[in-house]
Amino acid sequence: MNKILVGLIFGLGLGALDGATALFYPETRPLIVGILIGSSFKGMLVGVVSGWFARKVQSTGWGIAVGSVLGLLFAFFVAFMDAKSGKPHYLEIMLPGFVVGAIVGFLTQRMGSPSPVNTLRN
Amino acid sequence: MEVSDSVIDHLRRVVPLPDLAGTRYQLESEIGRGGLGVVYAARDRDLDRRVALKILEVPVEGEAQVIARLEHPAIVPIYETGTLIDGRSFYAMKLVTGARLDHYVHSEHKLGERLRIIRRVGEALAYAHSKAVIHRDLKPQNVMVGEFGEVYVMDWGVETVAGTPGFRAPESTLDQQSDIYSLGALLQFLVPPAMSAAVAAIAAKASHTDPGQRYGSVTALLGDIDRFEQGLAIEAWSEPIWHRLQRFASRNAVLLWLLAAYTAVKFFLFFWHRF
Repeated sequence: MNKILVGLIFGLGLGALDGATALFYPETRPLIVGILIGSSFKGMLVGVVSGWFARKVQSTGWGIAVGSVLGLLFAFFVAFMDAKSGKPHYLEIMLPGFVVGAIVGFLTQRMGSPSPVNTLRN
Repeated sequence: MEVSDSVIDHLRRVVPLPDLAGTRYQLESEIGRGGLGVVYAARDRDLDRRVALKILEVPVEGEAQVIARLEHPAIVPIYETGTLIDGRSFYAMKLVTGARLDHYVHSEHKLGERLRIIRRVGEALAYAHSKAVIHRDLKPQNVMVGEFGEVYVMDWGVETVAGTPGFRAPESTLDQQSDIYSLGALLQFLVPPAMSAAVAAIAAKASHTDPGQRYGSVTALLGDIDRFEQGLAIEAWSEPIWHRLQRFASRNAVLLWLLAAYTAVKFFLFFWHRF
């Protein structure tokens, strides 16, 4: 399977799961649909870029690093928009986003087939 | 006439040595002695290099030809065959400097290094089997580990050799299955059961007394060693559940750490939010 597709699937899935943890907080339950969609979309973007990176560079360490930085970056945008509409939740959004990004980065390195050019080179 | 002690000592040293007159070799020292002959270190005067010279005490038909057919990095190459003036046959081969496996094993070596040696020996055996040659006498004394880690399997396929107790298969007719038995015994010798239960299971399967219960080929045995090294399940052992979990955890350690980190973050945020 293509690494970009692997990133997209895991990013979407893990993003949705991460968003679903908002159900543990009574004050965010009414907003769960919006959180789920936003979190899945954020995860999907992290996954696609991590998958693209994994096709270019085959290194578990770099995959985790890039995934976590992307996760942190996208989570910051979400937290920034959230802060404009009310109480800021930077830590609650960015910290899990960082770890989910690392997991997605790791999975794109370990799963999926590398690009044909890299296969030949290796 | 009186003969001085130094002359007697010299004669004692020289008399058993073979006369290499008429050859291009100059004798240096004895390296080893076996049932079929003696191996000496010698210098090839023409090419100015050191070689190992095996002088056969008993006529052995085609030993050198058997080895010369085997061109493999882990098989010592034959340079030349010939006959000495006293009628004994000899052949010159690459002189391997290093340690015999029975000496090498006493040094501190990790499991991976020990398995690397077995893999190299196994590759040489698999290659020889593909050329319809069997070793017949695989044992630690016939494996050399060079100073740069290169591995050589020596003393190949002589019909008159009947194997060495402890490494010889119990069946009366030696064939490829008997070599697999010897390789299993060698694995057991190199990797004690206390070092790894899974490797002990591989060795036990390879050196099963019933040839039908052994691996079908050397390649199948090496495949199980590869699977063990990759953290996969092996053919030789139906492992206990705790061992399977341990193997899963060690194969997926990074992922498990990341999932644990995520769970820890979520717990932290949950309680931080509440209190």
